[in-house]
Amino acid sequence: MNIHEYQAKSLFKQYGIPTLQGKVVTSADQAQDAAKDLGTNAPWVVKAQIHAGGRGKGGGVKLAKTLDEVKTYAAQIMSKPLVTHQTGPQGKEVHKLLIEEGCKIQKEFYLACVLDRATASVVIMASTEGGMEIEKVAEETPEKIFKVHVDPAVGFVPYQARTLAFGLGLDASLHKPFTQLVKNLIQLFVEKDCSLAEINPLVLTQDQKIIALDGKINFDGNALYRHPDIKELRDLSEEDERDVEASKWGLNYVGLDGNIGCMVNGAGLAMATMDIIKAHGGEPANFLDVGGGASQEMVSQAFKLILSDPNVKGVLVNIFGGIVKCDVLAQGILDALKNVELTVPLVVRLEGTNVEQGRKILEESDVKVISAIGMKEAAEKAVASAKGGR
Amino acid sequence: MSILVNKNSQIIVQGITGANGSFHAGQCLAYGTKIVAGVTPGKGGQKEHGLPVYDTVLEACTKHKVDATMIYVPAAFAADAIFEAIDAKIPLIITITEGIPVLDMAKVKKALKNSNSRMIGPNCPGIITPEEAKLGIMPGYIHKKGNVGVVSRSGTLTYEGVYQLTTRGLGQSTCVGIGGDPIPGSNFIDIIDLFNQDQDTHAILMMGEIGGSAEEDAADFIKREVKKPVFGFIAGATAPKGRTMGHAGAIISGGQGTAQAKKEKMKSCGITVIDSPAEMGETIFNNLK
Repeated sequence: MNIHEYQAKSLFKQYGIPTLQGKVVTSADQAQDAAKDLGTNAPWVVKAQIHAGGRGKGGGVKLAKTLDEVKTYAAQIMSKPLVTHQTGPQGKEVHKLLIEEGCKIQKEFYLACVLDRATASVVIMASTEGGMEIEKVAEETPEKIFKVHVDPAVGFVPYQARTLAFGLGLDASLHKPFTQLVKNLIQLFVEKDCSLAEINPLVLTQDQKIIALDGKINFDGNALYRHPDIKELRDLSEEDERDVEASKWGLNYVGLDGNIGCMVNGAGLAMATMDIIKAHGGEPANFLDVGGGASQEMVSQAFKLILSDPNVKGVLVNIFGGIVKCDVLAQGILDALKNVELTVPLVVRLEGTNVEQGRKILEESDVKVISAIGMKEAAEKAVASAKGGR
Repeated sequence: MSILVNKNSQIIVQGITGANGSFHAGQCLAYGTKIVAGVTPGKGGQKEHGLPVYDTVLEACTKHKVDATMIYVPAAFAADAIFEAIDAKIPLIITITEGIPVLDMAKVKKALKNSNSRMIGPNCPGIITPEEAKLGIMPGYIHKKGNVGVVSRSGTLTYEGVYQLTTRGLGQSTCVGIGGDPIPGSNFIDIIDLFNQDQDTHAILMMGEIGGSAEEDAADFIKREVKKPVFGFIAGATAPKGRTMGHAGAIISGGQGTAQAKKEKMKSCGITVIDSPAEMGETIFNNLK
């Protein structure tokens, strides 16, 4: 789960990580008053709050030298789509702005905690190349990234932060505040079950203060049950409507741009189904895993979700029954079609537990089903029928 | 022969009185698996499927010889259950549970490293030695005794591969689902190493997916150590970047972990890469003829 910059900064504050003073507004009219309320001198920074990165380059972050400029920039950004390299060409509409005091920057750094799969531990990364995309730094100048691994049993120990501080070339007078900041960040990461906690840039100001100028935090969805406070930070307006609907029903759904809707049980088989559709010249409209223990109702909701996508010109159901029984699945499809009209061809491939009962349920129904044996035939029939060539 | 489990393996089930645990324990018993007891804290003294239920794993291990445990405990309590099994020194832990917080798994992984236990999973279908022992949630009837070792990160995709093998008359020595989580108890290398040493495994099918570098690491190992024919499939060639495709482990970041990169690496290490998920059985059949 992702959160906004202003939410990340409020968590930073809670954990004693220094940030600048700022206020969130939900309309452009409030921006000028918010800047005044901060009680700081010019300049101010107007920052669009959307989940995607690359906001600065996309024109979503502006430096205002006067209160009038705050007003002008706020009006320019608010309620308009902001296009960055992560939003896609249609952009994301801005609903909130963060109005922040300005600061005089001496140097920019990068600092992040992230889970490292290979070592099964949290890695703290720091770099002298602040404000850059870290993937780019890793590719072009990997020697400028410094890493330490935090043992999950032992936890953070101060020398690790010192190692990073020496790597970054920080003045000895800054080692103490830097170590404290790193310690606080890893504490936040572990206590709140983050999967990423990134400060980019972390800045050294001209008056020798270390401050988190930006903040990005992702959380482990599996751990949200033990963090009701974090769960509340979820902003549904930032997510694809179809994804939100799917998550309500415990379905794994990812919307794509193609025209063949897929319903599959199991993530690996679902990906393999997308691959084989593409190999036969089709384009999947979605990834959808109904999960290991799908109920009749979940299947029915999944099917409705697929059909709600206007791009869908054909549907492929590929089920290998294990825990999910084929007859339960077939009944789920019929249930869904009581409420939604099927206007596109439906190809069904069933195999596994209770396959005979499942096939029989579909055969004896009024629904027009194109049945297929094996994944190859299923993909061929789905691609052909979506093109209208059935 | 087979790897990890056979008809003599004695099994306990943690979480045996829950809906999932009870159902699958029943299915495994019906397959012929030698389950000897169950564990559910607070339900000690009860019976489930006619088997004794104990309050603690340690108690079960003092009353029975235990070779392996199968864990069906809900995600919030699963790590705790695994620690209990490690402390009781059970050699093989099969964790079926899905949705365990990843930082919990980091601690589990550390504890496993300092123990004599091996873990398969979490978020996995389990392990089966056909016609001998089934420790998991896979449909038993699609499997057939034979000489292909199967290892996979997925559940239903494994069934797909196994079914294709069985329908072409190719049986399996053992099938292992290592699970789709970012931090698995065992990796491809751990299992392929066992298949390599097993006399009755003549060929290996590995089914991977995008994300991480487990397949690449396994490819290096295979090039170095394995003389048996290895076949590989990678799911997720068409998955968009940066999105989690169901399995938390299946995410491509920064151009790493793509299907293309994995396939190329596998090919360069002498693995026969199968591009279509519909042709796993056929390809292996034709190559082993």
